[in-house]
This record gives sequence, structure tokens and C-alpha cells, in this order.
Amino acid sequence: MHNVLMLLQAESAAAALNSNALLGAGIGMGLAIIGAGLGIGRIGGQAVEAIARQPEASADIRGAMILTAALVEGATLAALVFALLFKLA
Amino acid sequence: MIQAPAPPAQSPPNIGAMIFEHTGDSKLVELPFGLGEWHLPGPWYIPGTHVDVSPTKHVVFMIVAATLVFLTLWYGGRQVARRHREGRGPRGIGAAVEAMVLFVRNDVAIASIGHGGEVFAPYIMTLFFFILYCNLLGLLPWGAAATGNIAVTAGLALTAFLTIEISGFRALGPKGYLKTIVMVPPGMKGIGAVIMAIIMTPVELIGKIVKPFALTLRLFANMTAGHFVILVLLGLIFVFGTAPAAIRYIVAGGSVALTLFMMLLELLVAFLQAYIFALLTSVFIGLMRHEH
Repeated sequence: MHNVLMLLQAESAAAALNSNALLGAGIGMGLAIIGAGLGIGRIGGQAVEAIARQPEASADIRGAMILTAALVEGATLAALVFALLFKLA
Repeated sequence: MIQAPAPPAQSPPNIGAMIFEHTGDSKLVELPFGLGEWHLPGPWYIPGTHVDVSPTKHVVFMIVAATLVFLTLWYGGRQVARRHREGRGPRGIGAAVEAMVLFVRNDVAIASIGHGGEVFAPYIMTLFFFILYCNLLGLLPWGAAATGNIAVTAGLALTAFLTIEISGFRALGPKGYLKTIVMVPPGMKGIGAVIMAIIMTPVELIGKIVKPFALTLRLFANMTAGHFVILVLLGLIFVFGTAPAAIRYIVAGGSVALTLFMMLLELLVAFLQAYIFALLTSVFIGLMRHEH
């Protein structure tokens, strides 16, 4: 415990700023992934339900599913790229 | 029991820097089969500016991808035509090329653009095959994914943006095209129409810009993230390099198994991202052309 406190105190101001940026990037990545998981999970679940109800329309449903999942994924990946920029900047 | 080699004495490598070096662009091309390294010439500045136009590693791999696209599709197309004249079905590369071309042309381009989509089918197929070959080259040893460079995907998205806007202008005419920017809900007159136009015009303009921006980031982030995951899993071996021998063997075996799984997933993603880029571009062209 004492060692940890010593380490924390020994950190320079610049390193503390960097670790705050890393913490922000990590939290941002996690939040983006929560949203993407909810969105894509719902798309996939509803598509499976729809295919189970109407197997003859599975080709159309699969196309719409991939298109919608790609749109959700695009917004998520934009958030992830910005989080990566936080880490690099 | 095999005697484990002694743990290396040097400090653990910087995995983060290594990953960025592997996924980033550089002036150094690693040649396969131990042929050494190829230092690319440069910098070549455009006279009077600081813009460097000399080739980099990703440019080399884009040229390789374009050459492979040309060779396989040219050979496949000729084989399909020749065997068709002889009254036989295609086989080998010809059959693969025929199946993929027909899928991209009929189920992606024409199905999404609607009537008049045949005109755009060559462009959509060029996008699909070029992105596919770029993605697949990144999975080869000594290879690099040019689509993991945001400048490359931005260039591809720029061609998509110009195609969407110019085809929309040609299909709708100047007046119809202006309506896609200055949006007035049908049935509104007078001051209400003016207010709506003032509110909606920035929204419509942002909507036009966001489409190619999303195409750029989706392809770039998907390819880069896949390579990051593979390299991080392999980097675990080096992070645990000073651990006891039993842990080192377990970590190495696990990370190699997970890397194999991620490589198979990347093979799927390479096809999926090429498909999605082509599909979204054709959906956007279709939306623009049929906006009345």
C-alpha cells in the first residue's frame, strides 16, 4: 500500500495528465461499445426472429440486417477512432 | 520434460509502438522469403510546396492489389467468354470470378440503385474488388492492408461522394438537385417554408458530408482494429516473456490459438467490409437518384 502511494506521488504532472487522457479514452471506448452492443444485438435478435417467422424472406432480411448493423457500426467506430486520437494526442 | 530457454534479460519490448509501426505507413517494404527490405525513394516534393508525393508502403500494396484485380478479372472474364463460346460452363478462377461479379452486379449494385443501376455496376464492382484485394493482402505474411490507412479510405470515399452527387445532379437536374440541399417540406408556403429551409439546409449539407465520412471511418477502423487485435494477442507472448516457463508456454499457446481464430474472423471481415462499402455506396447513389 505504502509503495503504491509512493509511486503515485512520484508520478510527474505530465504523466498524470497522460493517464487522465488514457482513462477518458478507455471510458469512451467502453461507452461506445455498450451502445453498439445494444444496437447490433437488437438488430441481430430481431432479424433471427423475422427469419424464424418467415424463412422464405431470409435473403432480404439478411441484407437489411447487414446494412443496418453497418450503419450502427460506423457510428461506433467513429467514436473508437476519436478515443484512439485521445490516446495519441 | 523439455528444458525451457532462460528468460531474456532485456527489458520487455514496447508493444504499443510495435503495433503502430506494423499498422502504420512507412517508406520501407519488407520483401517476402528473406529477400530483404526495399527502401522506397523520396521525398519528392511538389515544386514550391511541402507536399510529399513519393510512394510509400501502402502505395506499393495498392498497386499490387490493382494489378492482381486486373489479372484475375481479366483472365477470369476471358475464360468465361471462351468457354461460353465453346458451349461449356466456366471452371476454376473463371467460375469464382463469374459468381462474385454476378453477385456484386445484380444483388448489390442493381438491386440497391434501382432502375438505371447497370451504369454504376462497373464502378461498384471496381470498389468491391479493389477493397477486397487490399484487405486480403493485409492478411498475408509480409503484407500490409492499404485500407488500414485513413488516407486511402478517404480517397475511396471521395470517389463515392463525387459519384453520388454527380449522378444525383444528372438524374434530378439543377432544380431537383437544389431541392436536395434546400429542403422545404411539401405543402408549406410563405414564412413557414422560409423558416424550414433555413433550419433544414445545414442538416441536409451535413447529411451529404457524413455519408462519405462514415464510409471512410468504417473501413479504416475495421481493418486497423482487426490488425490491432491480432498484434496485441501476439504481443502478450512478449509481455509474459519474463514469467515462469509453464505460464509462458500456456500464454504462447493460447495467444497463437486466439490469433488463428482472429485471422479467420479477419478473412470474413475482409469480404464483409468490401461488401458493405459497395452496398452502402450503391444505396446512397440510389437514394440520391430517386429523391423526388
